[in-house]
Amino acid sequence: MSNAPGGGEAVLFWILGPLAVIGSLGLVFAKKAVHAAIGMALTMIILGVFYIAQDAPFLGIIQIFVYTGAVIMLFLFVLMLIGVDSADGFVETLKGQRIATALLVLGLGALLVSAIGSVVYPAPVGLADVNQSPGNLSAMSELIFGRYVWAFEVASALLITAALGAMVLAHRERLGKGRNQKDWSRRRFARGEHVAGLPVPGVYARHNAVDTPALLPDGTPSPLSVSRVLTARDQVTTPQRYVEPELEIRHEIEEGSNR
Amino acid sequence: MSTLATLAHGIPTLVADGKDNPLADFSDTPVWVSLIKVVIIFVYLLISTLIVIWFERRVIGRMQQRPGPNRNGPFGLLQSLADGMKSMLKEDVRPANADKFVFTLAPLITATMCFVSFSIMPIGGVVNLFGHRTPLQLTDTPVAVLLVLAVAGVGIYGIVLAGWSSGSTYPLIGGLRASAQMISYEIAMGLSLVAVFLYSGSMSTSQIVGAQANLWFIIPAFFSFFVYVVTMVGETNRLPFDLAEGEGEIVGGYFTEYSGMRFAMFFLGEYINMFTVAGLATTMFLGGPLAPPGISAINNGMFNEGWWGLLWFTIKLWLFMFMFVWLRGSLPRVRYDQFMKFGWKFLIPATLGWVVLVAFFRGAQNGWFGTGGVTILGRTFPVASLFIVGVIAVAALLLGWWWDGRVEAREARAAQGPPAIVDPFAGGHPVPPLPGQTVQEPSYAAAVESSAASPKETVRG
Repeated sequence: MSNAPGGGEAVLFWILGPLAVIGSLGLVFAKKAVHAAIGMALTMIILGVFYIAQDAPFLGIIQIFVYTGAVIMLFLFVLMLIGVDSADGFVETLKGQRIATALLVLGLGALLVSAIGSVVYPAPVGLADVNQSPGNLSAMSELIFGRYVWAFEVASALLITAALGAMVLAHRERLGKGRNQKDWSRRRFARGEHVAGLPVPGVYARHNAVDTPALLPDGTPSPLSVSRVLTARDQVTTPQRYVEPELEIRHEIEEGSNR
Repeated sequence: MSTLATLAHGIPTLVADGKDNPLADFSDTPVWVSLIKVVIIFVYLLISTLIVIWFERRVIGRMQQRPGPNRNGPFGLLQSLADGMKSMLKEDVRPANADKFVFTLAPLITATMCFVSFSIMPIGGVVNLFGHRTPLQLTDTPVAVLLVLAVAGVGIYGIVLAGWSSGSTYPLIGGLRASAQMISYEIAMGLSLVAVFLYSGSMSTSQIVGAQANLWFIIPAFFSFFVYVVTMVGETNRLPFDLAEGEGEIVGGYFTEYSGMRFAMFFLGEYINMFTVAGLATTMFLGGPLAPPGISAINNGMFNEGWWGLLWFTIKLWLFMFMFVWLRGSLPRVRYDQFMKFGWKFLIPATLGWVVLVAFFRGAQNGWFGTGGVTILGRTFPVASLFIVGVIAVAALLLGWWWDGRVEAREARAAQGPPAIVDPFAGGHPVPPLPGQTVQEPSYAAAVESSAASPKETVRG
């Protein structure tokens, strides 16, 4: 090839290329979904760096900005929000889908190799001239808002429709007005129950925990002070094991240490 | 190329004079000079961080009427150094549940990404560095400002992954909050910068600084400046927007489980991010390394040249730092839903409207809406722009008039005062009477109702 990359670009490629491959393999083989997302983010960043190295700074920065900064970040957000685990996806719902997938992948690979292998490229022009004379951004914007304005606007309309559709499908109309903090407070006062809020879980001299109920003045535990989720899961512990050491401490203070 | 050229004639171009590429000239900058500049920026940021931690604690101390750190070194200046040494020698605890690799990766991402953005900040004019004439700026590209936003987007990973990898509830909530908060505020931040791009016709920082030689963009793009200042507090997780680490609600947020050097990296990242957003604000709105208006006129712009720029840039940077500290000293933390509502329902739509307005003004400057102009104080304003400003002013006047009427009506209603006789048990809970009110005897009905409410505890739910 007449326009093989120069020294710096070749070094960059041979360092970052394998890293990008490792990232994409991580996406496929990682056990945890978050590790897969990290691998994908790495690959996207490296692709952006390659674009920048090939005289396309706008494309490269937008690649990093949009894919790494927004799209994969949203993946991560959803993964963290709903807590997807590796334990989740091991049941095959479709029988024989692995074999079918493997066959389809092989077919697609053969198709791509035969199609791309027979392509004849004209001599590459390069971006150096365009970057110099109208400038990278100006040339790009002239194409986007000039020759391809219809394709661009149609694509944006499609994306907006998709976003609106997702919102319409996911949105549930609330029946009646929801209560805010003020309303809840008014309601507590009007009913006269738990005016100062519910009691907090147990706080002891050397320990505090959400799973330990607080003690009422007469020494009985208050079931109101622990979350109902923990009660339902049967994870509430008795405060007895914290009460006894506390009595010992009190005894030590009064009588002096006997250790 | 020929199709491009014909297209360029067909479409009226906003950027007629090819301002895409940087103004700064790096032709006389060998690689080793660039490496020296890297070291300069690194040292500049590290020293600034050490000073700003001391500065913050001292200034907040003054605001809260206490001395602040004053033991180590003169004026307590070495306090941050002592704290840094302490975190290096502290035991670095990793929870048993943590994801080992990501738990270490997250602080590294934060601590490395924060340095990258400063490479495009013009912190001075053209200087003589070891016999080479070179601008005091590591590099510049046609998309330099977008680079800052992209790097900020990658930097968020540090916080989010820290929250996830800790394997604990509060960090996870902190990480979720941080990602939602920073992504939402990055949208408003990017939109606010669009007005500057429209005025300067470029995204290269040296071009933007060059375009502010006559007028800093804080004046024509004042609303953008306002939005940017709000979003830069949101982006850096500083009070009053430090919801990702709200210690009253979620212990410490994403770095709850971190200690020692790994925590110090987050700390460093947070402070250098403050310098980055402040540096970008300086570059975009306050003329970067240009001297303030009066001084820049002295001796044919002598104070705009060379190393003087570093002084002006640093002064402007520290004005923003003081503002950060001032905000922290005076404002309480906002509630999370109010914060998100403010970002999505006010900042983003308002900034979109503002960008449309600025685009209109720029079009009028290019003479697309008629060529008439009015000259005021040596500047020519297009008639179309003045017309729009007049319409907005009239609308604001009408809105203010209507608003005043509502406020007056509300005050008139409030001035009627409380009733003369009050039933202290009317709301079910005893309330003392206001001055001048007489107390009605507690009604029997209310007493019955309150005794009817079950005194027995019910399980929450």
